[in-house]
Amino acid sequence: MNLYAIRAIYKFEMARTFRTLLESLLSPVLSTSLYFIVFGAAIGARVGSVDGVDYAAFIIPGLLMLPLLNESISNAAFGIYMPKWAGTIFELLSAPVSAFEAVIGYVGAAATKSLMLGTLILITARCFVPYHIEHPFWMAAFLVLTALSFSLFGFIIGLWADSFQRLQVVPMLIMTPLTFLGGAFYSITMLPPLWQKISLFNPIVYLISGMRWSFYGKADVDVAISLAAILGFLALCLGIVWWIFRTGYKLRN
Amino acid sequence: MSSEPIVSIQGISKTYASGLQALKKVDLDIRRGEIFALLGPNGAGKTTLISIVCGIVNATTGVVVADGHDIVRDYRAARAKIGLVPQELHTDAFESVIATVTFSRGLFGLAPNPAHVEKVLRDLSLWEKRDSKVMTLSGGMKRRVLIAKALAHEPRILFLDEPTAGVDVELRHDMWQMVRRLRENGTTIILTTHYIEEAEDMADRIGVIRKGELILVEDKAALMKKLGKKQLSLSLQTPLQQIPAELAALPLELSASGDTLTYTFDTQTDETGIAELLRCLGAHGIDFKDLHSSQSSLEDIFVSLVRGAA
Repeated sequence: MNLYAIRAIYKFEMARTFRTLLESLLSPVLSTSLYFIVFGAAIGARVGSVDGVDYAAFIIPGLLMLPLLNESISNAAFGIYMPKWAGTIFELLSAPVSAFEAVIGYVGAAATKSLMLGTLILITARCFVPYHIEHPFWMAAFLVLTALSFSLFGFIIGLWADSFQRLQVVPMLIMTPLTFLGGAFYSITMLPPLWQKISLFNPIVYLISGMRWSFYGKADVDVAISLAAILGFLALCLGIVWWIFRTGYKLRN
Repeated sequence: MSSEPIVSIQGISKTYASGLQALKKVDLDIRRGEIFALLGPNGAGKTTLISIVCGIVNATTGVVVADGHDIVRDYRAARAKIGLVPQELHTDAFESVIATVTFSRGLFGLAPNPAHVEKVLRDLSLWEKRDSKVMTLSGGMKRRVLIAKALAHEPRILFLDEPTAGVDVELRHDMWQMVRRLRENGTTIILTTHYIEEAEDMADRIGVIRKGELILVEDKAALMKKLGKKQLSLSLQTPLQQIPAELAALPLELSASGDTLTYTFDTQTDETGIAELLRCLGAHGIDFKDLHSSQSSLEDIFVSLVRGAA
């Protein structure tokens, strides 16, 4: 195990994070605050409560997940895409570093940043709503698993992308609709039956539902299924990364 | 010096996905501690060969053993021994010089050693710039940063891909000083270059690659011997049918048209034999209207080799 390499990559990536800390944390915090003002305060006052939870509090798990998913993907994707784009990837490829070690370094750093962001969102939310977390351990677990698996997913996108446009296609065109339709702002039980069925094909539904369960003990789908979904996604991403490094797909000619 | 080659390249071929065959069954042994210069025109496969040994490109067929370690099966041990300075200036724009060099050392699995990093930076006149961001440096300084990164993990085998392309005279001079120092410490150096005089000055052995084939590997001394040959061409007044028997012992060649005599001689010796030749020609009544002499340089040898049967 090349621990020095893992540490070097992790430090390198965290240095990048701290260089851009203000921009990368400020904008999600700002948008989350706007959501609270618009949906929590203005609209939430009329909606009342969902599943017995005050609407402003009801949207917190979803509002936590939205930036977490987006930032995990874009940060990790950028982290590995940049060396490819700048050509500095040659050094990683010529170093005595296994795929596993590279992934721990890059994805670990991206997930760390996501967790910092998640914590900040929770603190921001606290300024608007005095929420209460029913299962703090599971909340932390969902937070860590989501940060890890979506950073890994972002890493894959960064490996796959060969232009800045492609780098943004997945977060923009796939993640945004999935997260908005993933029940961040509503319970899927509020949807017509057909859309409820369709929603079950949206993996984000399981994540937000699981997160909401950890906050309020109420969920759209069984929490065990949520947990299985996120673990399954993590395993899938790990498998894809393993395959990429084994075959050299888009990395080694 | 051990007779065991430090890098052994056996039957390496590379065909890219585009169908381009960059290397064709290349066999090459690099001797421990030598400076080996790989010459070849653009697109000959020099960089592909280096990239394969360094693990950046997968070979289609063949085996490479670096200091006793198969570069694929035993990639960790092999790569830890190898340093690469790439041709392109691929650097991390936002990092400081010292951070990017320290990063390289860690990436290659070595514990931090600020003293070694400082030494490398000082040797390359980068120490004053250690806290500068790489993006603020000139091209020549970036080249130095790349060399520092490659030396951060104390490699035993150093690849320099076109190290002096677009580099000013001072840096080129510094670089060759450094290469000599590294060689004194026992580092094996493989470089590619377009500057044939550099290969002449620096290399112990020279390899020439053309269209993916290694067409020549020779000690520089042997090549220099060829370099030492000079030719004297005489344009004759009247074409000859053949070289007169009395002159047959001399290294003379008659052109197909019979109107040019070419005399080959060695500049390394005191006696060129030109005076004797001219006397003999006079004695046989062979008049000439013009003469000129030419020296085959390594460049000529190189050019004729790479043009070859193409």
